[in-house]
Amino acid sequence: MNLERLLIISGILFCLGLYGVLSKRNAITVLMAIELMFNAVNVALVAISRYVAPQAIRANPLASTDEIVQMVLSGQVFAIFVITVAAAEIALGLAIVMTIYHSRNGIDVAAGNLMKR
Amino acid sequence: MTLFILLVGSLLAWLTLVVVGFLTIVGLQDGIFWLLTAIAIAAAVGVLVLQDIFRAALSLVVSFLAIAGIFVMLSSDFLAVVQVLIYAGAISVLIIFAVLLTRDVGQGNLSNRRFQFPSAVASVLLFSAICFVVLKTDWILLEDVVPSGTMTRVEEVLTSTPQWVAGLLLREWVLPFEVASVLLLAAVLGALALVRER
Repeated sequence: MNLERLLIISGILFCLGLYGVLSKRNAITVLMAIELMFNAVNVALVAISRYVAPQAIRANPLASTDEIVQMVLSGQVFAIFVITVAAAEIALGLAIVMTIYHSRNGIDVAAGNLMKR
Repeated sequence: MTLFILLVGSLLAWLTLVVVGFLTIVGLQDGIFWLLTAIAIAAAVGVLVLQDIFRAALSLVVSFLAIAGIFVMLSSDFLAVVQVLIYAGAISVLIIFAVLLTRDVGQGNLSNRRFQFPSAVASVLLFSAICFVVLKTDWILLEDVVPSGTMTRVEEVLTSTPQWVAGLLLREWVLPFEVASVLLLAAVLGALALVRER
């Protein structure tokens, strides 16, 4: 399970999500594609912190096990924060989608021109 | 009917044979990793391709679960549990509720014709850039830097991460941790204020 493989998988997922965000018309599908992108970033974060030596370890290879473990796990803590923010984002995003649906009778992203003059 | 059962049965037998052969050729861990990867990517493609939005949402759940499996293989068990609880549990339920509450389900998972080609080009370009950077970078791996004795100790410790993640979250990252709770509260209040009946 080497690093490059994981990063490329995460890149594939991210680009699939990007395609969905840019091309889909249904606002809920757009939100789902954004969730895919969040997941791809999480995979990349965890993989990099798991395999790549941080600067501090490079300077001091004989650091204690505890320090190394904490650095290896920092990517996971980042990913947990990303998941928290994603949860907040999806709650707000779906609320906005529902509001648009009630006022415009549709959630087509292409038709959303409420702020256009 | 019997013919159908026979057909499905032989198909399943072939599939098991292929999977088992694949696992023995590439090794158990690598094989499971490739299977999870294939499921995650296929389900992600399903989100974009499936015409029924409800099915696309279910496909998204499958993708989340496969990614949780990838997290397990990256020795991050706590993160995998969080992924299953929050993504596969909470977020997918929210999405499915939103799908069911809007009437646009019947229209299917349409693409914006004008943007379809440019966005495909943009995604492919970004992907090739990512591939280029990933393959060209000279990654300095942890196992090349740290002495092998320490590395085996680290691997041992990493078999159970929740206590370490808890220590990091509540000691070093305690301020972002508390700010995250405020963020969630604000998001919930904002969502309530948006969808409230007037």
